[in-house]
Amino acid sequence: MTNPLAFEFMRYALLSAFLVGLVAPAVGVFLVQRRLALMGDGIGHIALTGVALGFLLGTAPVLTAVVVATVGAVVIELVRQQGRTSGDVALALMFYGGIAGGVLLIGLAPGGTNANLLSYLFGSLTAVSPGDVVVISVLSVVLLVTVAVVGRQMFAVCHDEEYARVAGLHVRFLNLLLAVMAALTVTIAMRVVGLLLVSALMVVPVATAQQLVRGFRATVVLALGAGVLAAVSGVLGSFYADVAPGALIVVIALAGFGVATVVGVLVRRVRRTDSAHPAEGLALLSEEATAR
Amino acid sequence: MTDPVVLLRSVSAGYDGRLALRGVDLRVDAGEVLAVLGANGSGKSTLIKTVLGLLPVSSGEAELFGTPIGHFRERTRLGYVPQRSGASTGVPATVREVVATGRLALLGLRRPRAADRQAVDDALRTVGLADRARDSVSTLSGGQQQRVLIARALTCGPDLLVLDEPTAGVDHASQQALADTLSTLVGRGTTVVLVAHELGPMHPLITRALTMADGRVLHDGPPPEPDHLHVHDPEHAHPVHDDHPPPSPAWGLR
Repeated sequence: MTNPLAFEFMRYALLSAFLVGLVAPAVGVFLVQRRLALMGDGIGHIALTGVALGFLLGTAPVLTAVVVATVGAVVIELVRQQGRTSGDVALALMFYGGIAGGVLLIGLAPGGTNANLLSYLFGSLTAVSPGDVVVISVLSVVLLVTVAVVGRQMFAVCHDEEYARVAGLHVRFLNLLLAVMAALTVTIAMRVVGLLLVSALMVVPVATAQQLVRGFRATVVLALGAGVLAAVSGVLGSFYADVAPGALIVVIALAGFGVATVVGVLVRRVRRTDSAHPAEGLALLSEEATAR
Repeated sequence: MTDPVVLLRSVSAGYDGRLALRGVDLRVDAGEVLAVLGANGSGKSTLIKTVLGLLPVSSGEAELFGTPIGHFRERTRLGYVPQRSGASTGVPATVREVVATGRLALLGLRRPRAADRQAVDDALRTVGLADRARDSVSTLSGGQQQRVLIARALTCGPDLLVLDEPTAGVDHASQQALADTLSTLVGRGTTVVLVAHELGPMHPLITRALTMADGRVLHDGPPPEPDHLHVHDPEHAHPVHDDHPPPSPAWGLR
């Protein structure tokens, strides 16, 4: 069997997958907590416009995607804070505008065809350039450090925004920061996972972890593990099977969710039977007491 | 002379230009236990949101501990217990994790130290949930979730505790537990402002009641006897009186 590490593009792809597997759930957990699980999807669609803009201007698509996705995410968050448009309508506008803008701009780009977009939509093993690896690594470290520093406050804001304001936290700033972090996560993940599937890596590992543990911190730790496992094994698998890595990563992540759900149900059933027995014992005791 | 805990001078406030509070005067001194009563839409929630600085004052003056509310920064002196709806979200959290967020007003970006963990333990003990610290909040009963939110508000040792409908949707046994917790806090000298539809077991703790209607203060004085609680509230459904036999003598008459 061929050793995937013998190829430079595979070393880049695996390193990217590892970092994305860590970052996507670490940021996604706050979106899930705020019940904005689809926000990553919306940002992914907007980033497509950014990619096409890069083709049109002849610059690196990753850079234009970072800028356009960040601006889009901030605008959406501001619209949400104003409360004029509900969150799901704001997301719907992002979906439509992002895809339409992307297809339109790529059509205007010299020699551009929609085929250029495909690797961005579903990810590609050979797409990660040395320059991309540098951008992905730097942004990943920045995002992970940010989560480590403001994670506690972000948890409080996502848990109960009103309470966080009374406690004096900078709620508006933290919400905007989360939107920017989500946008950066989408753009660093798009080369390997693809824009249409990136949101899955932000949400599915979190949902998987929720099946098995009770606390927020435990959910985060387990979700990071599930994210890395899905991303790295998906990239390795797509090397051998010659399929789009994004699709395989998401299928593996979903399979993990399925397994976790079954295990979770079984564990809860075992716990219930364990705790049911002492209760029965107590009931018997009290019946005896009444009989006397 | 110590500053009043809360001082409102002809304060008006509202949402989107619609006033829900019209020229309210209120002074709450240290150690008082004030119940704010009134029908839905009478302005009682607006009143406490204004006191907490969640809603800007559109006219009049509002002070907390002698500082205009807009400039009030001593957030650790303030404990807020919102309505229970905020207790569970998209990702499970343990009782301890939720209570620990109460300490953030003091922590900033610093990591928690032993003293912070101790404060969380103490708050959990005060509300009687120390043994549930590692359980998921969503597995708790309504009354227990309410006590989690109270514990969160206690972690910084507040001088003023503000509770929004703490007994809404809580069974009588949990209301009693809630009243016991409040009684402990009142004994420590905490000033309490709470919004309620009915006082139930909390009745003996209340030193003063404010009845609101249409954004104004209708009555300010000693708490009404349980039977007259809804006297200013003709539109409000009386679940306790309508759906059940008359309340037991224990209901607030102790």
